[in-house]
Amino acid sequence: MAAVILTARGLTRHFGGLRAVDGVDFDLSQGEIHALIGPNGAGKTTFVSLLSGRMPAQSGTIALGGRDITRLSAHARVRAGIAYTFQITSIYPRLTAFDNVALAVQRQSPPDLHSATMAALSRTGLAERAQQIAGTLSYGHQRLLEIAMGLALSPRVLILDEPTQGLAASEIEGFKALIRALPPMTTVLLIEHNMEVVMDLADRITVLNFGRRLATGTPAEIRANPAVQAAYLGTPDAAA
Amino acid sequence: MNRAFALHLGVIVALLAANWLLPAYHHTNLARIMVMAVFAMGYNIAFGYTGLLSLGHALFFAAGMYATGMGISLLAIPTGPALLLGLLAGGAMAAAVGVLALRTGGVSFMIVTLMFAQAGYLTILYFGPVTGGDEGFVIDRAARAIGPIDLSADMPRYLSALTLFSAALLGHLALTRTAFGRSMIAMRENEERSRMLGYNPFTVKLTALALSGAYAGAAGAAFAVMFGYVGGSFAGVQYSILPLLYVLLGGAGTVLGPFVGALVMFYLIDLSSLITTATLFVTGAALLLIVIFAPKGLLGTVRDRWLTWLP
Repeated sequence: MAAVILTARGLTRHFGGLRAVDGVDFDLSQGEIHALIGPNGAGKTTFVSLLSGRMPAQSGTIALGGRDITRLSAHARVRAGIAYTFQITSIYPRLTAFDNVALAVQRQSPPDLHSATMAALSRTGLAERAQQIAGTLSYGHQRLLEIAMGLALSPRVLILDEPTQGLAASEIEGFKALIRALPPMTTVLLIEHNMEVVMDLADRITVLNFGRRLATGTPAEIRANPAVQAAYLGTPDAAA
Repeated sequence: MNRAFALHLGVIVALLAANWLLPAYHHTNLARIMVMAVFAMGYNIAFGYTGLLSLGHALFFAAGMYATGMGISLLAIPTGPALLLGLLAGGAMAAAVGVLALRTGGVSFMIVTLMFAQAGYLTILYFGPVTGGDEGFVIDRAARAIGPIDLSADMPRYLSALTLFSAALLGHLALTRTAFGRSMIAMRENEERSRMLGYNPFTVKLTALALSGAYAGAAGAAFAVMFGYVGGSFAGVQYSILPLLYVLLGGAGTVLGPFVGALVMFYLIDLSSLITTATLFVTGAALLLIVIFAPKGLLGTVRDRWLTWLP
């Protein structure tokens, strides 16, 4: 078993009476692709918001590489190595694709910003569109731009919130290849509704339901888990 | 982009040539416009690039003006160091205001900065015996010189205004090309995304505001020495609005916009005063036209339509 890079213990966030995230323990192993699944409203986005620091946890602890980061602000966590890509595409629509990615690349202070930025754009196949205003890119390209910005931070942990939402089937194939190439340098935590993508990419899967962790395991284990079937995947008959 | 550098250098050269070509009246006007353009450039750094709509920049202008003026008059500081003191006072004042005001954003930020500036204005009036209050004070003509250069004389005044203007303009242009300049724009465009790229919004905005205040302070300091007068009216709300108008007119987020705005606005008032006393009506109408037909200002529109490379 590889070393654990990110751990959460007893992580909790309630909104009034709603227990969005309710005492979740979670371990992310170095270099894995870990998918987070669960029904709508299960607390997935809230959970990763707690990990990335966009939202403060009410109780519980988070550690990155053994260092307690529970009290770090979101931007300090990004510097510590946690990158987050938004569920609803969040780019700089009035700047060029180049400037969007350069804003991420320049965090690393590369000796040659231009070539480093172009390299980051090339990874997602956007190099030809470097000078295009980001807001005029197609939706799929904006999603890729968002991922390019996350990757350009060279994060230790990359959190992707529903990255394939709205992508065409052909774009999903490219996306899968892109993500598969990230480990072991980058560990991936992925919220995803597309089960085909999840089963294909993930080394391990965690299922959330009503703010609690229902199960964690390999895709085969999760598929065979009766509690998961009842809550989310449906019975094998229904799925077929 | 060397053509951008060439354009800005060209403007500086043209202003240098104007020193020998302009009649005396316009010569003095242009010296004044250049100093006010430096103030507006500072405003542009905060508003045009970082998206901070301040209504309190008169405080930073006045901080520079009073630090220099009182440094010379009361403490007998030599003029050169006194000018530097003005620049630092503007920056320090902006940083101090920013530490508190940047806890807010949007409309609240406007109100908090306006409030600080009014408090500054009233403080100047309150300490009338030291500051000269509403009437202000005149800087001794003998003290308005750096070494052998007499800044109260027309040509040295014009050339020193141009020197300040050139340094401010080229500094502004350079700033837009640095990593920090890009992160300022990032705050304006999408603060939440910037935070998730590891930028601390507070630090970036505070630095931009302090820089903006230093520009305003330098302009206030230069104004005091070149025109020999320090007064409370420069801390009034109209001096917070002026740079905003210059920047809106010339084009927010363009390096030359503040100068173009200051130039056009100055002569708009100057020329309209020949035919009417209602000059504020003319400026108001001009602003309405700008907002309706060219909401990005003169140079913002030029950039959108023709010169996309304009910084």
